[in-house]
Amino acid sequence: MLDYITSYLSSNTTPGQAGNVFWALVYIMVVFGGVSVAVMAMNWLERKALAHFQIRLGPMRVGPHGLLQPIADAIKLLTKEDIVPSEADKFVFWLAPLIILCASFTVYIVVPFGPTHAITDLNIGILFMLGVSSLSVLGVVMAGWASNSHYPLIGALRSSAQMISYEVAMGMAVVSAILMTSLNADGTGTLSMIGIVQAQQAQHTWFIFKFFPLGFIAFGIFAIAMVAETNRAPFDLPEAESELTAGFHTEYSGLRWSLFMLGEYAAMIAVSSIAVTLWLGGWMRPFPNTLTGDTWDLVFSLIPGFLFLGLALIAFIGVARMPKHPYFRIQTIGLAGFGAVLGLIGLVLFAPPVRDRIQDIFWFCAKVAVFMYLYIWYRATFPRYRFDQLMRVGWKVLLPVSIGVLILTAIIGVLV
Amino acid sequence: MGDQITKDPASFISHLELDQPDKTFLDSNELIINMGPQHPATHGVLRVILKLDGEKVLGTECVIGYLHRGVEKIAEHRTYTMFNPYVDRMDYVAAVSNGLGYCEAVEKLLNVQAPPRANYIRVILTELNRLASHQLWLGTHALDIGAMTPLFYTFRDREEILKIFEKYCGARLTTHAFRIGGCLYETYDGFEQDVKKFIDFLPPKIDEYEELLTTNRIWVERTKGVGKISASDCIALGVTGPVLRASGVKWDLRKAQPYAAYSDFDFDIPIGQSGDTYDRYLVRMEEMRQSLRIIRQAVERIPEGPIMAKVPKVMKPPVGEIYHSIEAPKGELGYFIVSDGSTQPYRIRVRPPSFVNLQALDLMVRGQLVADVIAVIGTLDIVLGEVDR
Amino acid sequence: MPEDTKSPTPPSGQPHAAAPAKPAAPATTPWDSPTVARLKSQYGSGVQESVTYLGQNYFVLDASFTAEALRILRDEEQFDYCVDITATHNPTREKQFELIWILYSYSRNERIRVKTNIADGESFPSSISIWPAANWLEREVFDMFGIKFDGHPDMKRILLPEGWKGHPLRKDYGIIQQDQEWVQINLGIESGQ
Repeated sequence: MLDYITSYLSSNTTPGQAGNVFWALVYIMVVFGGVSVAVMAMNWLERKALAHFQIRLGPMRVGPHGLLQPIADAIKLLTKEDIVPSEADKFVFWLAPLIILCASFTVYIVVPFGPTHAITDLNIGILFMLGVSSLSVLGVVMAGWASNSHYPLIGALRSSAQMISYEVAMGMAVVSAILMTSLNADGTGTLSMIGIVQAQQAQHTWFIFKFFPLGFIAFGIFAIAMVAETNRAPFDLPEAESELTAGFHTEYSGLRWSLFMLGEYAAMIAVSSIAVTLWLGGWMRPFPNTLTGDTWDLVFSLIPGFLFLGLALIAFIGVARMPKHPYFRIQTIGLAGFGAVLGLIGLVLFAPPVRDRIQDIFWFCAKVAVFMYLYIWYRATFPRYRFDQLMRVGWKVLLPVSIGVLILTAIIGVLV
Repeated sequence: MGDQITKDPASFISHLELDQPDKTFLDSNELIINMGPQHPATHGVLRVILKLDGEKVLGTECVIGYLHRGVEKIAEHRTYTMFNPYVDRMDYVAAVSNGLGYCEAVEKLLNVQAPPRANYIRVILTELNRLASHQLWLGTHALDIGAMTPLFYTFRDREEILKIFEKYCGARLTTHAFRIGGCLYETYDGFEQDVKKFIDFLPPKIDEYEELLTTNRIWVERTKGVGKISASDCIALGVTGPVLRASGVKWDLRKAQPYAAYSDFDFDIPIGQSGDTYDRYLVRMEEMRQSLRIIRQAVERIPEGPIMAKVPKVMKPPVGEIYHSIEAPKGELGYFIVSDGSTQPYRIRVRPPSFVNLQALDLMVRGQLVADVIAVIGTLDIVLGEVDR
Repeated sequence: MPEDTKSPTPPSGQPHAAAPAKPAAPATTPWDSPTVARLKSQYGSGVQESVTYLGQNYFVLDASFTAEALRILRDEEQFDYCVDITATHNPTREKQFELIWILYSYSRNERIRVKTNIADGESFPSSISIWPAANWLEREVFDMFGIKFDGHPDMKRILLPEGWKGHPLRKDYGIIQQDQEWVQINLGIESGQ
C-alpha cells in the first residue's frame, strides 16, 4: 500500500500517466481547493479593483480591507431562502447550475501547472478543454428554460448564441497555435497541453512571438473571444442589470446563484489557462531564451519569494495606516497576521528545495493572474456592446481574421 | 427651421393595442414588454411599454404620473413667496434654474427688475447648476450603456459644485437660492476664489470624460445612429434644449431672448448635425465648456451694488398674466402665471421641458433595438420630477 | 378695441419714505401687427381682442374660429413651435374655461398667445394635426380640467391614474380632495388620508 503511494513520488510523470489513483485524487483535491480559493480571491479582487478604478474604496469593514468579504458573501448566500419559481421545471432548475459547475471544473484535469504538475496529460488535452467548457452552454439554456419566465429565456438564448459564436473564432485561433507545435524536427504536432508547452520550449519561442505578428494576432483573437465566451464585459449584455432582460440567472437566488458565479469565475480561469498555455509559454519563466544561464535562473527563481515579501510589506504598510482607535484593534491584528502569513510564505519560498519545485506552478499562476486583472480592467473601462454588434464582431470580424491567420500560419509553416 | 410639416401627425403616435387579449410570445411575433416603473435605467419612476418584434421596437407608450404631486394646484393656495421652494422640487437635478425661471416670471409680473449684481450672481449659480446637471446626465447615461466608471468621476467633480451651493445657500440639491426681486444671500467670503478655482479645476476633468468616451469604439457604436430625430420633427414635437440643438437647429433662449444678464456675455451655441445620441453627447459636452466660459466672464466682472430690488413685503401683482421661459439644462422651461390681484396666484402653469421631450421617445426608438431604448431615454435627459410635477 | 374686464386698476399710492416714485403700473395696450391684421381681415369680430401686456402679445379669439386660426398661424405666419397648451378655470364667467396656446416662431423670434373661451362641457378640436407636440399637452389639459379635444387619437388621462374621478385643477376641486374610491380600491388605505 505504502509502495503504491511512494512509487509515484519517484516517477516523473503526472498521476494520470502513472495510473496512480491515490495521487490523482490528491492532485484533484489540491487543484479543486486552489481554484476555489482563487475564485474567492478573484471575487475580492474584483470588488476592490473595480472600486479603486471608480475612486472609491470597496469593502473595508468585513475584515481588514475587506479580506473576509468573500467569506461573508458565501455565508450570506448559503443562508438565503431558496426560492424556486412555482411554475419552474424543478429538476432542470436544480440541474442547470450543476452542469455549468461540472463543465467549468472538469477542464482543470488537463491544465498544466508544470511539466509533471498536472492531474493528467491527455493526448487530446486542448480538444478536451474546449469541448467540455462548451457544455456550459447547455447549462445556460437549461437555466433560462427552467425559469419559466420570458426574460430569463431571452437572456439565456442571447447568452448561448453569444457563447457559441465566439467559440468558433476561439477554435480557429487555437488551431493556428496547434499548427505551430508541429514545426519541430519530425513534423508532428500535439494536442496535449503539456506537449504544447514543451513544443514552445523546444522551439525556443513562445507562440505569441512566433511568425510575428501572426502568433500575436491569434493570441489577440483568443483573448477577445474568451472574454465573450465567459459573458464578461464588454460582452455582458445578457447579464447586465440595466438592460431589459436580466439574464438567465434572474430567478436564481442564494446558493444556486452563487454556483453560477463560481462556474463563471472558474471558466474565466480555465480559458485564461488555455491562453497562457498556448501562447504565453505555460509554466516557463519570462525571457527563457534571451536571458539564459544559471544566474538568470537564480534571479527569476527568487522572484516568487520577493513577491510574497512585497505583499507582506504592503500589508504591514496597511497596518501602519490603520486608525489608532480601539474599534480597529481586531482588524489591525488581523491584517498584521495576514501580512505575517504572507511573509512566512515568502521566506519559505526562498528555501532552495521549495524554490525549485514551485517555479513552474508560480509562473503559470502569475500569468493567469495577469489575465484575471485584465478581465477586471475591461469591466471597469468599457461600455457594453449591443447584442447585434456583439454578434457582428464575433462572426464578421473575429472569424475571418482567425481563418486568415490560420491559413497564413500554415503557409509560412510549410515554407519555413 | 420653419419647414412645413409634411408628415402625418398621427404617425407620431404608435398604437399598441394593449386592450387586446394577451398573446403570449410563442403565438405571435409581437411581444409586449413592460419596462416597469422601478428599473435601474429609467432615471426615476417611468413606465415604458414596448411592442417588440424580436429585438426590434415597433412602438412605445410611456406611462407617467407616478411622481405627480399636484404642484400647480398647490400654487393656487400659496403666496408667491411661499411657492418659491416648491419649484426646486420639480427638476430636482437643476433646482437653481427652476428658481430662476419662477423668480424672473414673478418679477416681470410685478414689473420690478433685479439689480445687476443679483443678475450676475444668478447667472453664475445657474451656469454652475447647468454643469452639475450635465455631469449627472453624463454619469447616468454612461452607466446605462455599460461604462460604469464615468459615473463616479462625474459625481466626484459635481461635489465641488454642490459644495459651493452649500456654502452659498445652505443646501446642495434643492437650493431655493433666489428670491423674488433678487438674491437673498450676499456671496460669502471667498465665493469668487472658489468659483475661479473650480473653473480651473474642471476643464481637465471634462477632457478626462471625453478621453474615456468620445473616441471609444464601443461608445461610438452604441450611440452613433441611435435615436435619430430630424430638425423638423423636433420642431413639430416641441422638443427643445440640447436635443434640438443636436439636430442642427441653432437656437438657445439665452441668445434668442436673453434674460438675467446673459446678453453681457460672449458664448457659443454648439449644434450637431445628425441628431443622434452621439451628437447629443457632443453638444452637451461642449455646452459644459461654454458654461465655464460664461462663469469665467461673469465672475471677473461682478458689479457691486444691492442684491435685492425694492419688492413689497406682501406681493400683490396687478391683474394680468405672463409667460416667461428660460433655457434650463433640459430645454425650455416656462412659467405661465395668471394673477388676479391677490397675494396668491390664480394659476401657475409650468411648461416642463422633459415632459415635452419625452413625447419624442416614441419617434426616436421606432425601428431600433431594445438596448437602444435605454440609451435614448438616457440621452433625452429627463427628470421625472419635472415630467410629472 | 374693447378693453376687457381684466384691465388692471391703477395702483393706489403707497407711502414710501424717501423712495423713488414707483414706475407707472403696467397696462394692457392694443396690439397691431400684420398677423393681427390678417386674422382680423379673416374673422372680423371673431378676434375679440388683441392686446399687449408687459411686452407680451396675445389675442382672444372666438371659439368657433380658433381651430382654423391656429392652422393659419402655423401655415402662413410660421408659428411652427407650439410651446404650450394650457387652460384656466374661471367659474364666475359664463364661459368658464379659457384655453391658451403659447406659440413661437423660430424665423421671427416672436412669441404670442392665443386664447379662447369655452363653456363647461364643451369640447374643442384638437391641434394635434397642426402641431404633434399637442399630444401630451392636450392630454394633460383633459386630465386636469376635463376638456375633451375632438380628433385626439389617445384622449385619456396622463398624470393621474386611469379610473380617477375628478379633474383637479378646476376651482371646485378641493386642495386635499382625492378620489377616495380609487384610493381605497387600489391602495387599500381606508381612512381619508
